[in-house]
Amino acid sequence: MWKYIGKRILMFIPTIIIISFVIFFIMQLPEGDYVSSYIARMQAEGEVFTEEDIASLRAQYGLDKNWVARYFDWVIKIVTKGDFGYSFAYGRPVWSVIMERLWLTIAVSLTIMVFTYLVSIPIGIYSALHQYSVGDYVFTAIGFLGMATPNFLLAIILMYFSFKWTGDPLLGLFSTEMLQEGLHWYNFGEFLQRMVIPTIVIGTAGTCGVIRTVRAQMLDEQAKQYALTARAKGVSERTIVYKYCLRAALNPVASGLAGSLSSIFSGSTISAIVMNLSIQGPVLYEALKTQDTYLAGTILMTQAVLVVIGTLLSDILLAWLDPRIRFEKKRS
Amino acid sequence: MSISTLFQHKKKKKSDEDYYLASQWTLMGRKLMHHKLAKFSIILLVFLYAMALFAPFVAPYGLDDYDSNYKNSAPTKIHWKDEDGKFVGPYVYKMTYVNNRQTFKREWAEDTSEKFFVKFFAEGREYKLFGFIPCSRHLFEVEGENGGEGAKIMLFGADSLGNDLFSRILFGSQISLTIPFAGTAISFVLGIILGGISGYFGGLVDTIIQRIIEVLTALPTIPLWMALSAAIPADIPVPRMYLYITVIISFISWTGLARTVRGKFISLRNEEFVMAAQVAGVSTWKIMTKHLVPGFMSYLIVNLTLGIPSMIIGETSMSFLGLGMRAPATSWGVLLKETQDITSIAQYPWRLIPLIAVVVTVLAFNFLGDGLRDAADPYK
Repeated sequence: MWKYIGKRILMFIPTIIIISFVIFFIMQLPEGDYVSSYIARMQAEGEVFTEEDIASLRAQYGLDKNWVARYFDWVIKIVTKGDFGYSFAYGRPVWSVIMERLWLTIAVSLTIMVFTYLVSIPIGIYSALHQYSVGDYVFTAIGFLGMATPNFLLAIILMYFSFKWTGDPLLGLFSTEMLQEGLHWYNFGEFLQRMVIPTIVIGTAGTCGVIRTVRAQMLDEQAKQYALTARAKGVSERTIVYKYCLRAALNPVASGLAGSLSSIFSGSTISAIVMNLSIQGPVLYEALKTQDTYLAGTILMTQAVLVVIGTLLSDILLAWLDPRIRFEKKRS
Repeated sequence: MSISTLFQHKKKKKSDEDYYLASQWTLMGRKLMHHKLAKFSIILLVFLYAMALFAPFVAPYGLDDYDSNYKNSAPTKIHWKDEDGKFVGPYVYKMTYVNNRQTFKREWAEDTSEKFFVKFFAEGREYKLFGFIPCSRHLFEVEGENGGEGAKIMLFGADSLGNDLFSRILFGSQISLTIPFAGTAISFVLGIILGGISGYFGGLVDTIIQRIIEVLTALPTIPLWMALSAAIPADIPVPRMYLYITVIISFISWTGLARTVRGKFISLRNEEFVMAAQVAGVSTWKIMTKHLVPGFMSYLIVNLTLGIPSMIIGETSMSFLGLGMRAPATSWGVLLKETQDITSIAQYPWRLIPLIAVVVTVLAFNFLGDGLRDAADPYK
C-alpha cells in the first residue's frame, strides 16, 4: 500500500510540471501582456507614456524575455526559494495574495463537498429502496432540474427570492459589520447563514449527480446474485442493504471524488463572481483578464494540485473500500 | 382451427422474424420509441431546432429592429375578444409608459384607443431564409407598423435597448443550439482518433496521450475556458468567433471520450476477429474503422448525447461572463448577461425567460441520452 502511494506521488510530479507548462502557454496566448493592458488603461485616463517608460516597465516586471524563459525562471524560483513570483495587479508577492483567500476557499469547498455527500447518499439510497414511489419521483425531478440549471443562474434566482422576501440579496460571505469586526464566535451564526446560498448553488449540480449514481448503483447491486443468496439465507434486509450493497454501490462515488472537487472549483468560479464571495474564483477571473500571469498561473496550479491530491485520496479510498482493487494492486 | 387464429399465428411469426432480422440500430430505435420521456424529448428538440432553422421567419423582428419607446417593455398582452366580449381575433394595444418618480421604474400601461390586429403570414421585413432564399413573409406581424409609430408585439417583453426578447431568443438559439453539435463533432473525431491510437498501439504513445488527458482533466474546466477565450481578440467577425468558441469547448470535452474509446480498444484488440483480420492482411486503419469502432458506436453516441448539456451550459456561462459570444452576435448566454445584477431581475423578471430555454434544452438532451442508454443496452 505505502509503495503504491509513494509511486503515485512520484508520478504526479511530471503531471504537475506539464500542467504548469500548459497553464503558462495558455496564459501567453492573448495578444499583449500585463504592461500593454496596464498602459491601455492608464492612457484612457489621460496618462502619457514614452517608449522608454514602456520598455523600463517591461524590464521591471521581467516581461522583456520570451515566455519560455520566463517559465523556467518562475519554476526555478519556486523550487529553490519557494517564491511564486509577483502579482502585477496587487503589487505584492503572489503567495500572500493567495494565502489571504486560500483557507476560506478550502473551507468553502470542503463544506460544499460534505454537504453534497451528506445529502445525496441518503437520498440516493432512499430513492433506490423506494423505487417509483412519490419521493423517488420528486427527488429524480429535482435532480434533473438541478443538473440542467447552470449554477450561476441558480445563484441569481435564489438571490432574487432572498431579496424579495428579506430585502437582502445576501451577497458575499461577510456582512459589512463582520468585515470591520472580523470573524468571531458571536457572528459565526450569521456567517453560516450566508454560507447557505453558496452551498446550495455550488453544491446542487454535484449533489444531483451523486444521487443519480447512488440510485442506479444500488438498484444494480440489489438485483445481483449475492444479494439474492443473502436474502435466501435469511440475512436481515438491513444488513443486506447497508453492509453488502451500499459498500459496493459507493465505489463509483469514491472514484468520482476528485471529479467533484474539480467541478466545485469550476462551478464556484462563476458563482463566486455573481455572488461576490471572497474566495479564489473572482481573483482568478480578474488575473486572467488583466494577464497577471504569475497570479493566475499559481491559482490554477494550486487548484490543479488540489485536484491531483483529491484523485490520489479517492484512489486510496477506493482501495480501502473495495478488496478486489486492493488485491489486484498487491498481485501486480 | 379457425381462419382468424391462423392469421394471427402467421402475423406473430412475421413480427418475430422481423425482430430477429432487425439490425442493431432498428432495435435501438424501437426501444427508444418505447421510452416516453425520450420520445417527448426528441419531439421537443426537433421543434426547437426547426424554430432555430426558421428563426427569421418565425421572429417578428430582426436583431437591429430596436425601438427606444419599448425599452424594458413588459410582455405584450394578446387580446382575443373586444369590449363586448365578441371574438374578433388576436390583437394588441400599443404600450405606453409613465416614469414613476419614486422608484425610477417605467410603469407600463396599454393605450386602448386603437386596436392593432395580429396578421399571420404577413409581409414584413425582408430576410434570407437559410441564408440564401430571399423572403419577406413572417409567421405573424402586427398590422400598421409605420416607422415605429404603431404597436409592437413582444411576446416575452423587451431588453434594455427595446429589442424583442422573443426574436432574440430565436436568433440566439441558432448559436446556442448549434455550438454543442459542432463541438461534439470535433471532440468525437479527436476522441476516437486519439483514444483509438492510444488503445490500439499502447506503449509509449499510450503513456503520452494518457498524460495529456490527465493534465487536461486536472485543470478546472471553466477557468481553463476563461483563459482560452481570453485569447480571442475582441473585434473579430461573428463566424470566426463562433469557430473559436466551438474549438475551445471541444478542446476539453474530448478527453472523456478518448478514455472510453481507449478502454474499449484495449478490451477488443485481443479478440479473435481482430487477429483474423490482421492475418488476412487488413490494414490497421481499416481494422480500427471497420471492425472495432462499429462495435461500440452506440455506446459512443450515448456518451456524446449526455455530453451535449455540459457544452450548452459551458457556452452559456462563457457568454454570460462576456468571454464567449459577444454582441452583435446573440446567444442565450449573451441574453442572460442582462440578468447579472439583481435589481434588473427584480424589476424586469421576464429577462429570465432565456433561462427557461436553456433548462428545457438541457433537460431534453439529458432525457434523450438516458433513453438512448437504455435502448443501447442489449441486456434490458
